[in-house]
Amino acid sequence: MLGKTAGGLFWMFRSLERAENTARLIEAGFRIALTRSSDPASDWKSVIVTSAGQMGYEAKHDGYDSARVTDYLLRDGDNPSSVLSVMKSARDNARLVRTALTTEVWSAVNETWMLLTDVLKDPVPETDLPQVLATIRHQSALVRGALHGTMLRNDIYDFARLGTFVERADSTARIIDVKYYALLPAPSFVGSRMDNVQWETLLRSVSAHRSFRWATNGDYSAANIADFLILDRRMPRSLAFCAAQICDNLEYLAEEYGQETDSLTQARALKARLKDRDINTIFEEGLHEFLNSILTDTGRLGLQIEQDYRFNG
Amino acid sequence: MSDSTAHFSEMMQGQGVRAPYESYNDWFSQQDPARLAKKSDEAEAFFRRTGITFNVYGQADAEERLIPFDLVPRIMAASEWGKLAKGIDQRVRAINAFLHDIYNRQEILRAGVIPVDLIAQNDAFLPQMIEFSPPGDVYTHIVGTDIVRTGEDEFFVLEDNARTPSGVSYMLENRETMLQMFPELFSGNKVQRVSDYPKNLRASLEASAPASCEGRPCVVVLTPGIHNSAYYEHSFLADQMGVELVEGHDLRVVDGHIAMRTTRGYKVVDVIYRRVDDEFLDPLTFDPDSMLGVPGIMDVYRAGNITIANAPGTGVADDKAIYSYMPDIVEFYTGEKALLKNVETFRCSEPDTLQYVLDNLADLVVKEVHGSGGYGMLVGPAATKQEVADFAQKLRAKPHGYIAQPTLSLSTVPIFTDAGLAPRHVDLRPFALVSPSGVDITPGGLTRVALTEGSLVVNSSQGGGTKDTWVLEG
Repeated sequence: MLGKTAGGLFWMFRSLERAENTARLIEAGFRIALTRSSDPASDWKSVIVTSAGQMGYEAKHDGYDSARVTDYLLRDGDNPSSVLSVMKSARDNARLVRTALTTEVWSAVNETWMLLTDVLKDPVPETDLPQVLATIRHQSALVRGALHGTMLRNDIYDFARLGTFVERADSTARIIDVKYYALLPAPSFVGSRMDNVQWETLLRSVSAHRSFRWATNGDYSAANIADFLILDRRMPRSLAFCAAQICDNLEYLAEEYGQETDSLTQARALKARLKDRDINTIFEEGLHEFLNSILTDTGRLGLQIEQDYRFNG
Repeated sequence: MSDSTAHFSEMMQGQGVRAPYESYNDWFSQQDPARLAKKSDEAEAFFRRTGITFNVYGQADAEERLIPFDLVPRIMAASEWGKLAKGIDQRVRAINAFLHDIYNRQEILRAGVIPVDLIAQNDAFLPQMIEFSPPGDVYTHIVGTDIVRTGEDEFFVLEDNARTPSGVSYMLENRETMLQMFPELFSGNKVQRVSDYPKNLRASLEASAPASCEGRPCVVVLTPGIHNSAYYEHSFLADQMGVELVEGHDLRVVDGHIAMRTTRGYKVVDVIYRRVDDEFLDPLTFDPDSMLGVPGIMDVYRAGNITIANAPGTGVADDKAIYSYMPDIVEFYTGEKALLKNVETFRCSEPDTLQYVLDNLADLVVKEVHGSGGYGMLVGPAATKQEVADFAQKLRAKPHGYIAQPTLSLSTVPIFTDAGLAPRHVDLRPFALVSPSGVDITPGGLTRVALTEGSLVVNSSQGGGTKDTWVLEG
């Protein structure tokens, strides 16, 4: 396979994952701001901070509110992470790697792009927002289904999955980090209304408010939530899950190519850091510091994959 | 259905239907127009979803456009096609002989058949190709000869596209679409297959590999990238052939060979089907600013370690000034009269001829010698007085840049409209593959149709559409 093709697949699926994550963030923010927030501006701000878009946003806007934040995250061409921007990037990359995709995957991405450029051609009124977010989620599911159902499990698939999980690990770590203070075991706040709101935002941002209840029998506590989002191998957006998937896909590549790479070594180390751990040891290490080092490791791993498999020469 | 009697209709003859269309006409007369209209919309949605689009240069608003597809096929009898195919075969062989001669002994210049200036002053003539022979002396591995028809037995070659002809993906997708929409038509009509084209293209390219190549040749398609107007076709052909689609930055010279960067290191490439123009191929040899090519590829080429298809410098055989000499060129190399006719062509570089052209501008079609895609041309009868006057100025300023031809009465084939069938002008681009093992011409080709009533311009960039093209079994 061409190095460029591997890179195109990696970035195509990073972009698709980012579109979905952004939509999920907006959904969480929208819900919280609409139903319970005492300070909507700060809730919307934390949505922007989580999407890593604070600088870009503040260069254009002088305050935070639902209309401007959702527009920035959904449609703004100046925002490289807006749903429109990443969908365009996903589709451009899909065209680049067209010969590596099944017709079903290509059609799903192309259709998604056509549909979203149409749905997002004008600002989305608040009344239409749930419908638009549902469309984005629905289309993401379509692409994912086409990938799972029709693609050979070879190196093409591995690079697609690597893009997905590198992006997802990055996104989950960022989401937890923005709200890390809400997870700190500070007894005086536990059980307060404030914490409940923050925790729900967190869980909703990764679409895990229901699976958390199933997995923990509804036992809301800072430690349980942190454990669920960071270490739970059953939870498909947890850091441990992402690290294991990255590691698996690099193992498959090593097997197929008959060569172990530096990225595999790094991925194994990342996976090991998240395996068989007690969440309390992470609190002792410092949650914020821990998350930061995970973000750094993930970023470095992404670059190493790019280099090991010659995405850019 | 009405048709002006001035133009040859390929479907209708008096009150009746020409033989090749009989079976189709029976089928069509039993169809519900509403169902056909729905099918037509479905086809468009399918093309869009599949991304069968092209980019229009110089138009910011519409990045990607569809080429409209018309669901009425253009149908030819085996006997009609047989004559055409023979003529094309003769012509592409002559073009390859001409190219080899022009870059080596130049017998045709010595014999005075064509003026030396025509070559010496020709930008498409590449000195880098002098005294070099590509594998099997094949220069034009893929040719798309534009043909128009004006009568029962009147076929003319309009252009020999010997550089990087495009459109073959539409030939294939149009057939596929027809098969899906109207499978019953193909049981009632025995239509010759076009679907072998990608397989034949790969075989033809492999047969053209350099002598130094060991094992099965590694073929790639070289594209300028996703923003090129024909990118869909590039990816389609790579996909159908099962070969890699590369850009210039995927390739480099490694140990005297061209190699592509893969996830496992560099891998040697033997044959490049390039869809990048000559001047961008090698920044070390041609345009130094080109980002689309491969630095040093021309050295590898001349050392005989890579096949470039089509060869650099083939443009010298298909510009519109050379075109006027094609009957002589065919006769010079084959010893036979050209089977396919040329359109009468006025060379504006000749002063007397220029005057004639200027005097008759309103009746002529004037084209740039190096133009393509229907850009920069004047269709006299369809132009306003002002347009004719403006064009006359351009022509006087640079007469050698233009040729003129009489306005041909192009044949018509009906298209499907809201008001039923309506005649529109068409042309035909059959595709020929040339390799050391021979010439292979896909039966049919791409029919382009001018969708506007009365229009003679079929180019997709100028609002033309396409049709499936049928050659019936004999």
